Amino acid sequence: MSGYLIAALALAALMMTFVGCARARATQNGAAEKTHSRPIYHGLNAAIWTGVPAFIFLLLWLGGQNSVINQLVIASFPGAENLDPSARSLILSEIRQVAAGNIFKEPTPEIQAAVAHLKSLQQISTVAMVAVVAATMAIGAFLGYRVIGNRYRARHSVERSVTYFMMFSSFVAIVTTLGIVASLVFEALQFFAKVPVTEFLFGLRWEPQIAIRADQVAGQGAFGVLPVMFGTFVISLISMIVAVPTGILSAIYLTEYADRRFRAAVKPLLEILAGVPTVVYGFFAVLTVAPAVRSLGLGLGIPSSPNSALAAGAVMGVMIIPFISSLSDDALAAVPRAMREGSFALGATKGETIRKVLLPAALPGIVGGVLLALSRAVGETMIVVMAAGLIARMTLNPFDAVTTVTVQIVTLLIGDSEFDNPKTLAAFALGLILFLVTLMLNLIALRTVRKYREKY
Amino acid sequence: MSSAAFTETVAKAGVDWHSDEMKARRKRRYAADRRLQIYGIVAISFALGFLAILIGSLTFSGHKAFTQTVATIEIDLSGAKVDPNNIKDADWRGIVRGALRAQMPGLSRREERKFFEMFTSSGQFLVRDAVLADPSRLNGVSRFAIPMADPIDQLAKGEISRDTPENQRRVNDQQIAMFDQLVEKGVISTPFNWGLFFNADSRFPELAGLAGAISGSFWSLLVCFIISFPIGIAAAIYLEEFAPKNKLTDLIEVNINNLAAVPSVVFGLLGLAVFLGWLGLPRSAPLVGGLVLALMTLPTLIIVTRVSLKSVPSSIREAALGVGASKHEMIFHHVLPLAIPAVMTGSIISLARALGETAPLLLIGMNAFITSPPDGVFAASTALPTQIYIWADSPERGFVARTSAAILVLLAFLVLMNGIAIYLRQRFERRW
Amino acid sequence: MNIMSEATVEKALDQKMSDANFKMVGKDVSVYYGEKRALFDVNLNVRKNTVTALIGPSGCGKSTFLRTLNRMNDTIEGCRVTGKITLDHSDVYDPSVDVVELRARVGMVFQKPNPFPKSIYENIAYGPRIHGLARNRDDLDAIVESSLKKAGLWNEVKDRLHEPGTGLSGGQQQRLCIARAIAVSPEVILMDEPCSALDPIATAKVEELIHELRANFTIVIVTHSMQQAARVSQRTAMFHLGNLVEENDTDKMFTNPDDQRTQDYIMGRFG
Repeated sequence: MSGYLIAALALAALMMTFVGCARARATQNGAAEKTHSRPIYHGLNAAIWTGVPAFIFLLLWLGGQNSVINQLVIASFPGAENLDPSARSLILSEIRQVAAGNIFKEPTPEIQAAVAHLKSLQQISTVAMVAVVAATMAIGAFLGYRVIGNRYRARHSVERSVTYFMMFSSFVAIVTTLGIVASLVFEALQFFAKVPVTEFLFGLRWEPQIAIRADQVAGQGAFGVLPVMFGTFVISLISMIVAVPTGILSAIYLTEYADRRFRAAVKPLLEILAGVPTVVYGFFAVLTVAPAVRSLGLGLGIPSSPNSALAAGAVMGVMIIPFISSLSDDALAAVPRAMREGSFALGATKGETIRKVLLPAALPGIVGGVLLALSRAVGETMIVVMAAGLIARMTLNPFDAVTTVTVQIVTLLIGDSEFDNPKTLAAFALGLILFLVTLMLNLIALRTVRKYREKY
Repeated sequence: MSSAAFTETVAKAGVDWHSDEMKARRKRRYAADRRLQIYGIVAISFALGFLAILIGSLTFSGHKAFTQTVATIEIDLSGAKVDPNNIKDADWRGIVRGALRAQMPGLSRREERKFFEMFTSSGQFLVRDAVLADPSRLNGVSRFAIPMADPIDQLAKGEISRDTPENQRRVNDQQIAMFDQLVEKGVISTPFNWGLFFNADSRFPELAGLAGAISGSFWSLLVCFIISFPIGIAAAIYLEEFAPKNKLTDLIEVNINNLAAVPSVVFGLLGLAVFLGWLGLPRSAPLVGGLVLALMTLPTLIIVTRVSLKSVPSSIREAALGVGASKHEMIFHHVLPLAIPAVMTGSIISLARALGETAPLLLIGMNAFITSPPDGVFAASTALPTQIYIWADSPERGFVARTSAAILVLLAFLVLMNGIAIYLRQRFERRW
Repeated sequence: MNIMSEATVEKALDQKMSDANFKMVGKDVSVYYGEKRALFDVNLNVRKNTVTALIGPSGCGKSTFLRTLNRMNDTIEGCRVTGKITLDHSDVYDPSVDVVELRARVGMVFQKPNPFPKSIYENIAYGPRIHGLARNRDDLDAIVESSLKKAGLWNEVKDRLHEPGTGLSGGQQQRLCIARAIAVSPEVILMDEPCSALDPIATAKVEELIHELRANFTIVIVTHSMQQAARVSQRTAMFHLGNLVEENDTDKMFTNPDDQRTQDYIMGRFG
């Protein structure tokens, strides 16, 4: 329904553009005084008046109607006032499921009544929405049409609207960040109401699956984040061990040794590695790398599990190579030519120039790049979800399975999204930690890189 | 300058560059130089080798999913009890089984069960749907292609070796014998697997296809584009051309740069909490997926657009202002049209990234098992990358090849999109 | 080899000087950047313990010629050198020549001071370290000290040897670069407009330094300023459009040049 409504709004706005344009032209034709705005601006102004307020109304209605309807439905449900919020949401979701036609068992008469109530409310809401939106549109069109005249500064009005839209757009980024922080903090606070913060931050056991049983009280130490952080650290470390030397060495070769043709051919190929979706790497890690790593580990006589930290970390490392390589490339290229020449003029070989002059000079830029890459490794999800383990273990054996923050977030949330049990809420607490850690890394990295850019 | 320093100089001057010691030293230095070069080549070869193995192994395991072993069977429907007015409810199971039985007469009950297991269990529905689509087939003998079940498909493609002991493979000796008989009769063929593209998901590998995932990805990307493109451009124009330099715009700027590096799974959490939890939007819907992807791509898009706006020379701005254009007119008539090719390139590349994004879609439930393609942005759906994740998690052997094939399809889309972006860049991009 | 090069040098002589006085000899030197020819058959000799100034309008090829002397042009892609350049009678462009050794013997100072982003001490120690000129830390300390003294910088920096070289003033940085070049004990020092980025006081100090360095080194200096050439050099070569116009004693060059173009340039008619 709302889709048709939006289309109707767009159509009406388009029509008003022409109507407004025509009327402006008509009034201007006989005018003695000089007109301020060209007809097209009058048309656009009329279109904005017609479409925008109605559209905003529509969005607000769509955003609000569900919670209002839910309130009404649950309020009319017999005995609902005695239920706690989680039971209420359970009933609500059942009502919605039945209303959507997903019937698994014969619904009780109460539910059926509620479904009927829900459907009637939805119908009323839809009709009311169409009426309100249409009315807003009509009033807008009328006002926009009436205002057309020689003296009216339609261009200013249009430009002001455009500016407001642009300002709104640039606030979207801020709103997104606020949304992230708000949702993470809000849900995490609920989690901390069930599991003490200290337990979470300093606990050494992570066994979230146990706590969902109804007879078990949450917060028996099963939500200690340290082993999960430890696993994240181990896998990120492995990926850095793979990616940092490879990335820097390939950047050195490409910027300093390779001829132009080789560089032009190889750089895009390396970039492909960064463009491959992570789910592909994950599948490859499970299918090819993990078995190879396992047989290597068993061959060395080390206890190895099918999902090893090494397999996930190594594949993640390869994914990060182009990232480090291109940032190091930029950093090396930014070292002024004079440094190179100064070193060559003293009789240094290329290798000596690179190792003793260029790398130290480019170090801040490279370090910034490595930090950004590290933040990526910490936040990378699919490779570890598919190739790392689920059980939190504090082990340094790279052939053993460990779990990471992102793995836990995904496994805790897949398939189950009730917002009240500690298992789900724990994912948001983990998300908060992940967000803070990566934010810190990003801020430091961006600052380092910027300082370095200013230097040259 | 003290003269003492000079006497010292004379003593120090004159290094014998040709002494053996010096020569050996230079040799070592050159060797170190060569070593560094070799390390570089090794590093590049490692990365490119990995890429080659990745693509190679996916192609190797995926190419087989592009064909499907089918049995083409003639069924005489004129004699069957089918009510032309109620085709749907006829005994299709009996009809198909009867036709299959005719291929291999004289089997015992046990043998027959094994024989039926060789074909997809949904054969009856395929035949029913074919007849529904073309009721004239009721009037006589017509041919129907029935996919073989996954183990037989694997056998036909050589994935299951006949040499492994019978108790270790999923097809028994008898089934192999019956399969060979069918091959001899010319019933079996392996045509191109159109089902991979036109079927929706299924629990049976031989029927599972990507139609749902592809259209889910399409709707998500459409939503993502419709939202992120105008907002991204508007925000970039505002920040680049209009925004006053103050604390607030500084904050926005730092914020955008940081947002571009926030892990994607965090955006998934945002979508789960805000779009599903607070706004009550439907779970698994491409609408929500698109919204989350839009928020994710927005920072990158803003950065790209700002760079391309910045590259339009000031002479053009001055020229426009000079003939009396307003600032808005200057930007929308002159600067933006010149910057738009670069913006398009950037947004296609961002969309390609969004297409491959998996984690946030998992969190908002786009990993559901859904057997029909979505008919809009509100219907539950999967997307290509989440479909890959689902299949990669499925135990049936046939899904290994399907997963690889799905990856190849995804990569093909990515190559296509990036190719368009590169073409646009080369065709339209101006250098000032 | 020896006879050959003596013969070549003999031919190149058009003045009555013993070839033993020539540290470097350039014969028919031409330089191409890709398709473009930047230098046309230049014949120029550099005398031992002498300051030779290369002058001429910008783009005339004087810097290009300077950079052929220690093969710094090798680092520029697409650059090709023909003709012959010798250092103590041995061909600089011979395939068997080791550029690393050549550049140690023919040092260079650039237009803009380019100290490495390291400490003052490390800047000077860099050359001796890579070439293995110091056996131990004391040796290295001694080289650093004597080089800084020779560059007249010791008293200014002796208390902050371990502070970054980039923290010095422009003139000090340039003298640091000269000290850095000296530390490798080169025989020839090439200077590419070493004072163009410096203020007059710093310039005067560097010029004074060049004057003193002549006792121990052979110096070739590219300069934009006639006065500087007149002040610091004994021999001057004038380039124009990639050709060597005239090479002469500095005194003669600035009072009574042989070539009309030189006179025009010195009088300020073009450039």
